Amino acid sequence: MPAALKIASVVLLLYSCIASIWHPLVPGGLEVSIDKLHPGNNEFAFTGYNTHFENQKENLRIFVSSDSNYYCTEIIRIENNSKAWVRVTMPDTLPNEALSFYANNNEDGTIYIPAPVVAEGFVFAADTKQGACEVVIKTNEHTHFGFPFQTNIFESIRNLMWHVPMWFTMFALMISSFIFSLRVLAADRKKIAMKDYYIWDMKAGLLASVGIVFCALGLVTGSFWARFTWDAWWTRDPQLNGALAVFLVYIAYLILRRSVDDEDKRARLSAVFNIFAFVLMVILLMILPKFITSLHPGKKGSPAFSSYDLDSSLRTVFYPAVLGFILLGYWFYSLLFRLKKIETSNETH
Amino acid sequence: MKRISIVIALCLWITAQARASDGMEEYFYSSGKIRVVIGVLSVVLVGLFIFLFWIDRRLSKLEKRNKA
Repeated sequence: MPAALKIASVVLLLYSCIASIWHPLVPGGLEVSIDKLHPGNNEFAFTGYNTHFENQKENLRIFVSSDSNYYCTEIIRIENNSKAWVRVTMPDTLPNEALSFYANNNEDGTIYIPAPVVAEGFVFAADTKQGACEVVIKTNEHTHFGFPFQTNIFESIRNLMWHVPMWFTMFALMISSFIFSLRVLAADRKKIAMKDYYIWDMKAGLLASVGIVFCALGLVTGSFWARFTWDAWWTRDPQLNGALAVFLVYIAYLILRRSVDDEDKRARLSAVFNIFAFVLMVILLMILPKFITSLHPGKKGSPAFSSYDLDSSLRTVFYPAVLGFILLGYWFYSLLFRLKKIETSNETH
Repeated sequence: MKRISIVIALCLWITAQARASDGMEEYFYSSGKIRVVIGVLSVVLVGLFIFLFWIDRRLSKLEKRNKA
């Protein structure tokens, strides 16, 4: 492996390590302190995340919305940058029962809580304008660079840079392994040197064994992340079980390689098995998840690549991380390959 | 045998953690779940280091054999 690629791997991973922690999350709305809203005066606290309520005292607007109506609040007290107490006077009639809460200031833009708040004691009329106020908004968008704010995930969105590249690296390694297996099977054994033939077989096996390491890391990191997002180490999710099945199939591949002593037989048997394993991986990890609803994100488009899940700020760190890990995987593989070559040459002498 | 028992012990420890772990839960849920990232990063690093140690051991064996 050329030194330039090794350095590239180190630099890319160092960059993604720093950048994935460095950038803040964009401001977001966490919660309101009430669970019911009734006509007349209501007092509640609006809690944000990474917001600047105190710094933007003059510009802070907090309002309640129902359909296209907005109801302005009066700010009673700003506790800190992320908590403000407000009072809102609600009318008797609302367009509908879905209530959301907004806060706006010049630094954070508009943040929003789709709060599960019950509208209690209201009359509903679709076209009512009673009590609604005009909200003047200067800036709607948060201007600073930051990772998206998502409820329930919060800061752990940074795991995207560590969990997902594991699978990409595994994929890259398994594709290379698959190609070598194809070459083994397609080789015209009268024309090529037998040395090449066995080296292809060896490469296929080594690439798969490095791929399995990344697969295992993907499974463990995913399980850990799931524990604190879905409250379970493992869910009965097709994508999760599919990934586990792929892991076991590749383990079986390595066991198969070890169990056949005859070099020639091993090369051909394991090549066939590898093709089967690769096809299974493509089906279980890439095709099947697209047709099934599951908790795991990355369902629209190719897995983990939908524009919905991966916004531009994440991409600036995610792609370098993927590339860095693929290079690291290749590095591990090239070490193993050099090792194996010496081992086999020692055996034959 | 020794290795298998280590793996089993680790599994038992993890399940024990999963059951009664109010302390751990609080730790990882606090500060906007940033500590989950620490956990995941540690898992990745530990995994890669285990792999590195495995390669290292194979290399040591090879060196020993070549010396003999």
